[in-house]
Amino acid sequence: MLHLALFLFFGTICVAGAINLLVQRHPINSALSLVVVMASLAAEYLLLGAEFVAAVQVIVYAGAIMVLFVFVIMLLNAGEEERTQGSRVAILLGIPGVVIGTVLVAWVLLHRSSTGLVSIGGLRGDPKSIAGLLFKDFLLPFEVTSILILIAIMGAVVLASRPGAVARRHGEPTATETRELVSAGKER
Amino acid sequence: MSITTFIIVSVIKSVAVIFVLLTAVAYSVWLERKVTGHIQNRWGPTRVGPFGLLQPLADGAKFILKEDLTPPHVYRPLYLTAPIIAVTFAITSIAVIPFGNWVDVGGIKTPLQIAPDLNIGLLVVLGITSMGVYGIALAGWSSNSKYSLLGALRASAQMVSYEISLGLSLIGVLIMAGSFSLREIVNAQGGTFLGFIPRWNVFHGQTLAFFIYLISAFAETNRTPFDLPEAESELVAGYHTEYSAMKFAMFFMAEYANMVTVACLATLLFLGGWHGPIFGPPILQMILPVFWFCVKVFFFIFLYIWVRWTLPRFRYDQLMAFGWKILLPLAILNLVVTALIVAW
Repeated sequence: MLHLALFLFFGTICVAGAINLLVQRHPINSALSLVVVMASLAAEYLLLGAEFVAAVQVIVYAGAIMVLFVFVIMLLNAGEEERTQGSRVAILLGIPGVVIGTVLVAWVLLHRSSTGLVSIGGLRGDPKSIAGLLFKDFLLPFEVTSILILIAIMGAVVLASRPGAVARRHGEPTATETRELVSAGKER
Repeated sequence: MSITTFIIVSVIKSVAVIFVLLTAVAYSVWLERKVTGHIQNRWGPTRVGPFGLLQPLADGAKFILKEDLTPPHVYRPLYLTAPIIAVTFAITSIAVIPFGNWVDVGGIKTPLQIAPDLNIGLLVVLGITSMGVYGIALAGWSSNSKYSLLGALRASAQMVSYEISLGLSLIGVLIMAGSFSLREIVNAQGGTFLGFIPRWNVFHGQTLAFFIYLISAFAETNRTPFDLPEAESELVAGYHTEYSAMKFAMFFMAEYANMVTVACLATLLFLGGWHGPIFGPPILQMILPVFWFCVKVFFFIFLYIWVRWTLPRFRYDQLMAFGWKILLPLAILNLVVTALIVAW
């Protein structure tokens, strides 16, 4: 009884945070609403018996990824959203669309799903069980995921590096630098 | 134990621990000023009470009575909530920290820990400290001032970078103890080896992890030599430039409460927690573990202050290079070596 009440409570906070994210005009408020969503998801995981996943959700998602979101918003100094004609049309068509989509997905999941139900506490959520799954049963997907993340890191490094950095290492001036040197009359 | 007894006992424990924590925060400010003074060959506060011991009371009165100024161009919702966020997350992590063994008071057995022992206690502390970055980031941004913004950006980047080596250094301890539960990690450090050396993790194999943890923790709490986010000569006061009176006091408290939390975690994970010589009648045997715990925490706070006034500050690129290029590989090396030794 208490369990169900807590679950609904955190579920409500989660959905309210998500709706607030869409409604807020300033991006920082949206980012903070997303933090609320992440934290309430962690509470939901805890209520389902997955304590390790809940803790990692807080550490990684709410504590690192969202900090980087907030970081970017602070650096870019993004201002408030403005309501234009296009965005009003989007709201008019979008909200009924989302409601219809949600009802459709819920209906399919509830009526056609053949995977069955699991009782709370039926699956183990402690670190030891998760480690057993990750490193024994699902070792290949685990390693492939880490290679994907490595590719993403390499892509970010390449995208973020300035084009002049490569040329400069060989001691020759880059294209823009050559133009400046010539115009200052210092080089032919 | 019935539910009402449990609630009453938990409330009593919470009140006692929060009271002790806030007093510890106030008196670590006093300790800092005295130790600073003596390192700099002068007396610290001496006038307010014997040895200046009532100075924190005077400071508290000052903070309450000072003019609480809100600059006109700040982003008010976040400006007002950022100190609350900072101080809340700083004080919350004391809930999972165990201070001693189970005690038996009048037939009621209860552990000396506010939350009953979680089997993910270590992860909870890491999660709460990683949420503490928001207080600083939002304070700096909402203050709408260049010093604050720069301080906040530096602080967020620094804290997120050093969180990684912090977590990795703790995994060595985790492998040796076999559990995330803080109580079990301390219990795994009981006894001695080689006859007389206590089996604390700092002696029993995690020395490198201890130093990595200490350095990362100094960076996490924004203390010298990593205090560039609030460096006076650089940034006026960094992210708390535009705050005055009680809101500044909350940031101040949050910083010292973070120091206390880090010190508690270091004693639990590396210095054997509450293990120490136990003797005497049963009432003394209940109190002595807590006493040893407090002695070790005091040592770490003293170390914090000592390091602050001994070492010069890092430059920001040195700081980031050190975190990513030196501490992170060392932490991974420690993890790999520990895992290999434990597996064999």
